[in-house]
Parts: sequence; structure tokens; C-alpha cells
Amino acid sequence: MDQITSVLILALPLCMFLLLGVFGNKMSHKMAGILGTLGMGVTLILAYSTAFTYFFSGSELFIDAAGNRLQSVVFDHTWLAFTDNLVIKLGFLLDPISAMMLVVITTISFMVHLYSLGYMHGETGFQRYYAFLSLFSFSMLGLVVATNIFQMYIFWELVGASSYLLIGFYYTKPSAVSASKKAFIVTRFADLGFLVGILILSFYTNTFDFVSMTSNPQNVLASTGGAMFMGGSVLTWALVLIFMGGMGKSAMMPLHIWLPDAMEGPTPVSALIHAATMVVAGVFLVARMFPVYLMEVTALEIVTWVGALTALYAAIVACTQVDIKRVLAFSTISQIAFMMVALGVARDTIHEGVGYMASMFHLFTHAMFKALLFLGAGALIHAVHSNDYTSMGGLRKYMPITHITFLIGCLAIAGIPPFAGFFSKDEILVAAFENSPLWGIWMTAVAGLTAFYMFRLYYRIFWWNEPDYEHHGHVPHDAPWTMTLPLIILAAVSCVAGFIPFGELVSWNREAYHIHLNIPVAATSVIVAVCAIALATVMYRKENSLPDKVANSVKGLWTAAYNRFYFDELYLFITHKIIFNLVSRPIAWFDRHIIDGSMDMFATLAHKASGAIKGLQSGNIQSYVLIYLMGALLIGVVTVVCVVIL
Amino acid sequence: MDINLMFYLIPSLIMFCCGVYGFITRKNMIAILISLELMLNAVDINFVVFNRFLFPGELEGMFFTLFAIAIAAAETALAIAIIINIFRVTKNIDIRDLNKMKF
Amino acid sequence: MFENILIYFVVIPVLMLGGLALCKNIKQIRAVAVVGSLALVGLSIALLLGYLEQRAAGATAEMLYVDSWTWFAPLNINLAVGVDGISVAMLILSAIILLTGSFASWKIDPLPKEFFLWLILLSIGVFGFFITIDLFTMFMFYEVALIPMYLLIGVWGSGNKNYSAMKLTLMLMGGSAFLMLGLIGIHYHSAPEGQPLTWNLLEIAQNNAIDRNWQYFLFPMTFVGFGVLGAMFPFHTWSPDGHASAPTAVSMLHAGVLMKLGGYGCFRVAIYLMPEAANELAWIFLILTGISVVYGAFSACVQTDLKYINAYSSVSHCGLVLFAILMLNTTAMTGAIMQMLSHGLMTALFFALIGMIYGRTHTRDIRMMGGLMKIMPFLAVCYVIAGMASLGLPGLSGFVAEMTIFVGSFQHTDMFHRVFTIVACCSIVITAVYILRVVGKLLLGPVQDKHHLELTDATWWERLSTITLIVSVAAIGCFPNFFAELIKFTFSENIFKVLGMN
Repeated sequence: MDQITSVLILALPLCMFLLLGVFGNKMSHKMAGILGTLGMGVTLILAYSTAFTYFFSGSELFIDAAGNRLQSVVFDHTWLAFTDNLVIKLGFLLDPISAMMLVVITTISFMVHLYSLGYMHGETGFQRYYAFLSLFSFSMLGLVVATNIFQMYIFWELVGASSYLLIGFYYTKPSAVSASKKAFIVTRFADLGFLVGILILSFYTNTFDFVSMTSNPQNVLASTGGAMFMGGSVLTWALVLIFMGGMGKSAMMPLHIWLPDAMEGPTPVSALIHAATMVVAGVFLVARMFPVYLMEVTALEIVTWVGALTALYAAIVACTQVDIKRVLAFSTISQIAFMMVALGVARDTIHEGVGYMASMFHLFTHAMFKALLFLGAGALIHAVHSNDYTSMGGLRKYMPITHITFLIGCLAIAGIPPFAGFFSKDEILVAAFENSPLWGIWMTAVAGLTAFYMFRLYYRIFWWNEPDYEHHGHVPHDAPWTMTLPLIILAAVSCVAGFIPFGELVSWNREAYHIHLNIPVAATSVIVAVCAIALATVMYRKENSLPDKVANSVKGLWTAAYNRFYFDELYLFITHKIIFNLVSRPIAWFDRHIIDGSMDMFATLAHKASGAIKGLQSGNIQSYVLIYLMGALLIGVVTVVCVVIL
Repeated sequence: MDINLMFYLIPSLIMFCCGVYGFITRKNMIAILISLELMLNAVDINFVVFNRFLFPGELEGMFFTLFAIAIAAAETALAIAIIINIFRVTKNIDIRDLNKMKF
Repeated sequence: MFENILIYFVVIPVLMLGGLALCKNIKQIRAVAVVGSLALVGLSIALLLGYLEQRAAGATAEMLYVDSWTWFAPLNINLAVGVDGISVAMLILSAIILLTGSFASWKIDPLPKEFFLWLILLSIGVFGFFITIDLFTMFMFYEVALIPMYLLIGVWGSGNKNYSAMKLTLMLMGGSAFLMLGLIGIHYHSAPEGQPLTWNLLEIAQNNAIDRNWQYFLFPMTFVGFGVLGAMFPFHTWSPDGHASAPTAVSMLHAGVLMKLGGYGCFRVAIYLMPEAANELAWIFLILTGISVVYGAFSACVQTDLKYINAYSSVSHCGLVLFAILMLNTTAMTGAIMQMLSHGLMTALFFALIGMIYGRTHTRDIRMMGGLMKIMPFLAVCYVIAGMASLGLPGLSGFVAEMTIFVGSFQHTDMFHRVFTIVACCSIVITAVYILRVVGKLLLGPVQDKHHLELTDATWWERLSTITLIVSVAAIGCFPNFFAELIKFTFSENIFKVLGMN
């Protein structure tokens, strides 16, 4: 693994961003699109070769004699030195999860670049779009190869900013503008936690470096000296705060509210950022710090609880939404929560930390099939010009390729063998059951819900009742090859990805680990999924009144879920009513009237005082004389009195 | 009856007080000027008298008085000139109307 | 006298004044302003290179290019000059902002000649302040920098300009009164019994003769005196009004450079000369500056005038400068200086852009504008970049400065300081709120006013001005270590005694 390749992986997308950003408007659309896609293609090849070298070359840099994979720092360049030990470096850390992420990011990114050639065809700001895509790819790649937690924070922020730019791509649309703003501010709030976590952690450990922290997590624990803060150990606080950063990016409850709105961006962007790559950054962060998390089980329990609640919540909400992108968004939230739960339940003492491997495995497969689903949704939206499934239906006849690939995606996410999602989800359920039956049952139920809402969506789009397409002027049809090719590739990957011997490649202590199916768990989950699909089939295959009846029978729950349990309203209340009206406005008023008022008051007082004594200067000479005389007399009398008394 | 210092000082004091009173109360500028002269002359008398009774061998008081008379004459001329000019402009020499020089 | 490079920082502006006096038309005036400020930029870069060369050659003296010329012997007042890395950085900042400010006032009207005369006079004060190490001369230059502000705002300003100009000048003069008291006090305790008194910073620090009880009195005097110019809560209210009324170039120079005089003075005089008092009284001012940081940010959230938003954001960012200085450790203080550089450039960029937008739309009320991205893409993109720098996007200057401050402040061993650091950290979220609010309302969304559709994008001089600033902001953001190393030398424990105390 030479340095040049690794530098190029980061530099190519960055150069592409600068090139397209600065000179983009002098290029034609085609030129910009092809340049961006080519740049990403080269990055893809470089990343694949890097990952391949890492996993399979057998070089002693990457694997030791016992078969344990090693963490290899390809380069590490000092960027900003705070003190001798606290140094931000920009580097390239190669280990199983970063190599895996390189593959995921470049694959999805390349697919999206290719797909966008067709999807974004003729849009104004096409060059800008490709520039932002490149910026995002650069930031995401920088994030996953970070050698230290501060480098991760840097790219974390860059990822947030590029996500902001891409969500707000249609900047004349107010809803897109406010969605992008919301995404940025919510994740920024989470990043505050991340930052404070970094500060606390680095204060005790005196390092930012991942390798030195994770290779000796006992030292991290020891360095805090058992310090406590408000009832928790300092390390727990630091880890929970860092996890808060992850919650923001990965849209965990209660910081999930930005993700559904983020669907205002172009659909390929949703596929890239809000399904496959950026939103798993939180999972990646916890995975990166996992050995340290193992030191504080409380922190992992918090991760589990947050993950489990989010998974259930998002799955319930996904059952009620009508906007297909929002269904997919909630499904993403739910699936990421699966990964979080997998990390949360993983222990080094239980089954060799299977949860960690399961989480990464699910991250990998989910990226593939969720990107597939989003790109499929993009093709549908492209054809029907609506996000709403009520204006779709019966599309299987018109868009066969989209139909088949979308079905594969649904089967994969529902966990039906032999598609990819089955294998990774099975490992998560195994990990959950081995931690505690509660989590096992809980997550199996959520997996059932997943199958239900995905097939609800599938049937509503491709079966149900066919609206009058002729009436709207054009009949939907399959998209051009630039859009269908990525669908087909991703569908193929979703079919086979489950058979990757993932445990051999990735595990928490980087020892090779053999996956074997746990038949009872797998059977249960498959049965639950099949039942859920059957239920969805009954309810949604043909147009009928059953869904309405169901909705009416649980009306309160349904309405609440439809309104996403009023989280947005709560946030609006907090931001507008409390932050703006009860904090900012009074402060601004206080500043203008009390602080500034007191400054003005000094001026007014001086003015008043001068007004009060200026009457003495009346211009009337006779009064001057009188006053003078009286004064002289007074002094005289006083003197005399003093002399007499003394 | 022996004529002593008090026979001079008391009239001059009365003169001075008249002058002060006139200066403060009169509204006509000419009258004010006259009051001023009255005060000045009261002081002149004092000078002369103190010289005569306390330092009979010296002449400083006398000379000082002569100087004061000369300067008072010049000053009066100046004051009259100002008053005449004011009268030309405002047709009025009432002091109450001449309070432009304030704040 | 003229073999010392530093003196040219005053000589060139004086020559510019002479040149301006001879100018007959606007073209000549522009030529003088641009040539002169380019010469100053060149000079400051030459100084930087020379400085680095000397340091590389192993010069370990605290200040380089030290020289002193007697000015008024009976009171031992000298024109003493000398620079360290911080002054060099500040000089570069000032030169760049003067240059861009000249471009930004390309079409100043009326009385262009007089405008530039006062502007250059102001810059004499600024440059003079950064090169001198004699307290008296320093104070003199400080006043030279303040007074022209009154006329610049009062004559060329907009809105309620008389009120603002008066308020700004009087409040800053009020600060100067404290400062004068403090400086004279320092002078009278500058040397041990029986030795001649001095105004020279280095000598005073060497003597270290200021009695502890006197320090308790003099430290607050000087700190508040400079703090007023550094927009310290609760003496910051001149800033919103003053900036709102000031013409573009004056806002740029004032927020970009003049406010830095405050921060610079605080550490160069107050903390450097009175370490014991600084160490013990820091907590009082930490509370005030900590409030500044959060309070300024919250206030900015609900403003509707672009310049008010930026002025309050300056209160927040400059509060962070003083906050970090008071942490009294190397990293935080380095961060403070970087924040001064960063804020100077970024806020100058903001004010330049606001001026350009105001020049076109004739309003600064964000409720009256919208969708400018479509109408003037160049300016809008620059505004977004400035906003991103302000909210701390990595790769631009705000991030490195703030992170250095936060990491440095959090290294403080005292719990109180760390808790306050977390409070200050909260500002990054609030900053994002008000920046994105402005960007969303002003630049994005549909076009609000149909008349705006006829407006044009930036002219070449405006582009030059903004691009220069953006490149500088990005340079700090991409290569922070260069600047950190330049600054850090000053904050070694043998120079800054206070650092050895913790």
C-alpha cells in the first residue's frame, strides 16, 4: 500500500470539487458530469485496489502471523499542533472497517454519479451538483480513514456542510432551504456533544490518536483516575457525548428529525448521503471507538436503548407515511438503529463480540440495498413526477427493470434468504439474543415491522390500483441506461453480498471469525418476516378498504405515527417559542434597553446635569453680581463665626 | 471733636453699599454705570484716607487714587461707547433685555 | 532611523497622506490608495520573511527589529519599536484589510479625498500601535486610530450616524480614560526604587517591579480600557450601532483591525506586565467574556439588519478572543491570536459583502430581501463562504481558531474554567443558527422583491476585494500550523511569566 494511492483517494474528489466548483459554469453539463463520474471511477478503482491489498495481499503490514489483521497508518501528516501531544494529524488509517467503508463509499458514490447523469439531466446547476457530490465523497472518505478523533471531527463537519449544500440544492424552494437548515443545525447540536466529548477524552488521555486509544483501552480508563461527574464516571460522560455526535449524524431519536426532511434534496443524494454513507457515520464512530466503549458498559447500554427505541419508533412511523422517500427515510433510521443495537449489545465476553461484526456487516449490506431502493424510488419519481405513492400503482407493467430491482431491495431489507439483508440481520438478532432475550424479541419484532412496511410500499407502488396515467399526459416507462445500470448492479450485489465471509474480514479485535447461521434465530426471523409480508399482501395487493379499517381501529396511534409522534412540533416549539422568543428576544431586548440603555443613561445624565446647572449662566450680569456678593458675604460670615467659636 | 478715620470710612461704606445696591437693582445701563462709579469713588476715598491716617509719610495711596480716577475715566468712556452702540442696535438700554451672553 | 524596516509602516501611510493631498481627481486618489496599501502588504510580507529568517537562524530574543529613538527625554518617552510573531501577523492582517478596504470604497461619495485622508490617518494609528513597544507611544497611536472614526462615521455614514459616531467615540474614549490611568500607573511602578522610570514594555517586564497591590488596581484598569475596544460585555454596545452606521471600508477596518487592538493590548499590556493580578483576577473577566460569547450569539439570532447581525456576531467572536487570553495557557492564547486573525479577515469579508449588497438593494433588512443567489451569484457564494468560515467549517479560518481555543481552554486544570469552556462551546451551535438563518432568508428561497431582478453582480474591484479575503481565510484554514508556530513562540514560559504560574 503506497502513500500515493492513499493520497490520491482523498485528493481526486477534492480536486474534482475545486475544478467543478470554480470552473464549472464555464463547462457544458455533459463535460462536468463526465468529469465528475470519471474522477469518481478512478477513485473507485484505487479504493478497491487498496481494500483488496489490505484484505488479501497477506503482507505483514496488514496481517500478523496469527492471522490477526493489523491497523496500518499509511501516512500521518501534522496539520495543527495544539501541544506536544495533542496534535491534529491528517492521515490515512487502514484497518478492516476503514477498508470496508472505502469500498462502500466509492461504490455507492460511483453508482450515484452515474445515475445522476440521467436523473439530473438538464437541471440548472448540474455542474454545482457534481461539485458538491465530489466534495461529499472527499469528506466521507476522509472521515472513514481518519487516524485520530479530531481528523474525524473535521471531516464530520465537512460531511455535514456538504450534506447541507446538497439537501438545499433546489435553493429556490423554501422547503428545501428549511430542510437543509434543519439538517445542519440539528447535526451541529449533536456535534457540540461530540466536540465536548473529544475535549473531555483528550483532557484525560492527552491524545487524539485512535490507534493508541483503542489498542490500550485500559489506559484510557486508568487515565481518568476514576473521576466522577454528576453521578457518572467521566469516561461514560465522554463516550455518551461522543455517541451524541453519532446520534445526530445517524439520526437516532430524538435527533432524527432532520432525516425525513432531508429528502427534499435530489433523490440520488438521498441514496448516497441519507441512506448509505453519511448516516452510518455515527455507527462507524462507535465502531471505531468500540474497545474504549467496552470499558464502560453503561455507555454501551445507552447505545442499545437509544438504538432499540429508535428502531421501533421509526418502523412504526414508516408504516403510515405516504411519501415513498419518507418511508425509505424512516426505514433507514430503523435499520441504522439495528446497527446501533448490534454495537450496543456486543461484548468481548459474549460470542467473541459478534454484535460488532454484525453491525458492520449490516452496514455493508444495508448500504447496497438501501441505495438500490432509493435509486429505484428516484426512477419512480422521475417517471411519475410525484413523491406520493397515491399517484402510483400498477407500475410493474410499465417499469419492469425498476420493479424487479426494487423487489430485490425489499426482499433484502425484509431479511428473506438468500438476499443480503437476511445474513446480516440474522447476526444482529443472534447478538441481541445472546445479550438478553428482551433485545432479541424486540429486534425480531422490529424486523417483522420492517418486512411489513417495505412490502406495503412495494404493493402500493407496483400493484394496488392503477391510476389513469394516460390522463396525465404520459405513460411511465423505465429510465435510461445510466439510471437502470446502477440499479441492476446494486440489485446483483444485494443478491450475493450475504455470502461474503464477512467475519473473516471484520471483527472487533480483528481476529478472523467464522460466521455460522444460528438456525433457531434465523428460522424465527424468517417466519416473522414471511408472516409480515403475507399480511402486507393481504392488505395492499389489490385496492380494498382493509387498510382504512385498520387505520380507523387504531386511530389515535395511527394519527400520532402519521404525524411522526409530533417530534417536529416539539422541536418547533422548543426552537421558536423557547429559544427565539424566550431566550434570544429577551436577550436582544435586554441588550438594547438595559445595557445600551444604561450607556445612554450616562449620556442623558451628563446632559441633564449640564441642563440643571446651566441656569446659573443666565447672561444676566446683575444676578451674577448678586450671587457673587452673597457668596462673599457667606464666606465672610462663616469665617467670622469660625474665628469667634475658635 | 476729633476727626478720626471712622468719619471718612463710614460715608465711604455707605457710598459703596449704595453703589452695590444700585448696580444690582437698577435696570438702566447708565444708572448701573453711575453705580459702578459710585463704588469706585468709595474705594478711592478709602485709599486716600488710609494713606493720610495710617502712613502719613508716604504717597502711594494718593497716586493709586489718581491712577484709578484716570482709568475709571477711560473705562467710563468705553462703557458709554458700548451702551451707545447697544442703543443704536436695540433702541433700548434696559439690562434685562441684554442677556444674550449665556449658555 | 530608516534602516529599520518597521518604521516604514508609519512612513508609507504618511507619504500616502502627502500624495493624497496632491491628488486632483478620483482616479489619482484610488491610485494612491491602492499603490500605498499594496506597498504595505508587500512590506508586511517582507517583514514576515525577514522575521522567519531571523528566527530560523536562531534568534531567540523576545522581539526582533528592536530599536528606540528618543522622543521626549525628560519623561523618558521614546519611539521604541519591535515585533514578535503576533505583531507580524497583525501587521499582515491590517495591510490586507486596508488594501481590500480601499477596493471596497472604490466609489466613495462625497469627498473621496477627505475620506481616504482620514482612513489613512486611522491606519497610521493601527500600524503604529502594532510596531511600538513603548507604552506612551502605543497609547498615542491608539488615540490616532480612534479619533478619525468619529468623522468617518459622522460624515460618510448612513442611518442614525451622528448618534452612532458620538456613541462610539465617547465609549471608546471612556475606555481610553481607564487605559490612560492604567498606563501612567504602570509607568510610575515601572522600575525598582531609585532607578529611572520607563515606558518600554520589555524593560518593564524585565524589571517586574509593579507591586502586587498596585497590580490589582492597574490590571482591571488596563484590561477594561482595552476590553472596551475588544467589545467586552457590558461595554460592547458601541459596536452594533457604530458598525451599522459606518461606511463599508470603515466597518471593515474597524471590526477587522481596530477591535483587534483591544485584544492585542489586553495581552500585551495587561497580562504580560501584570501576571500576578492576571492570574488572580482572571475569573472575573472570564465570566464577563464568557457571557459575551453566548450572549452576542443569542442576540444575533433575532436581528433583522445585516450589519447588526454581524456586529453581534463580532461581540461573540471577539468575546472568545478575550476569553481565550484569560485562560492563560499557551494553546488557548495561541488560539486567541488566531481567532483575532480569523475574525479580522472574516468579518471584513462580511462587511465588504454587506456593503456591496446594500449598495445595490439599498436595504439591509433581511426581511426585505430574498433569493439573491439567483441575482448576484458571486456575492451570494462569497457570503455563504464567509458564513461557513464564521460557523467554523474546517478548511476555513474560523474552525482552527475556535478549536485551538476550546482545546486549549479545556486543558485548564481548574473545573470552573472547563465548565465555562463548555458554555463557550455552545456558541458554535448558536452561530450556526444565525448564520444559516441569514443565508436562508437573504440568499436562498424565491426572489422577494421583483425590483432586485435588475441588479448586477460584483464588479472587478469588488471581486478583487472579496477574493483576496477569501484566499486569506482559506490560507489560515488550510495551513494553520504555520500561523500557530509563528504565534506560539511568544507564549513560551520564559517570556510570558504568567504561563509558568499555573
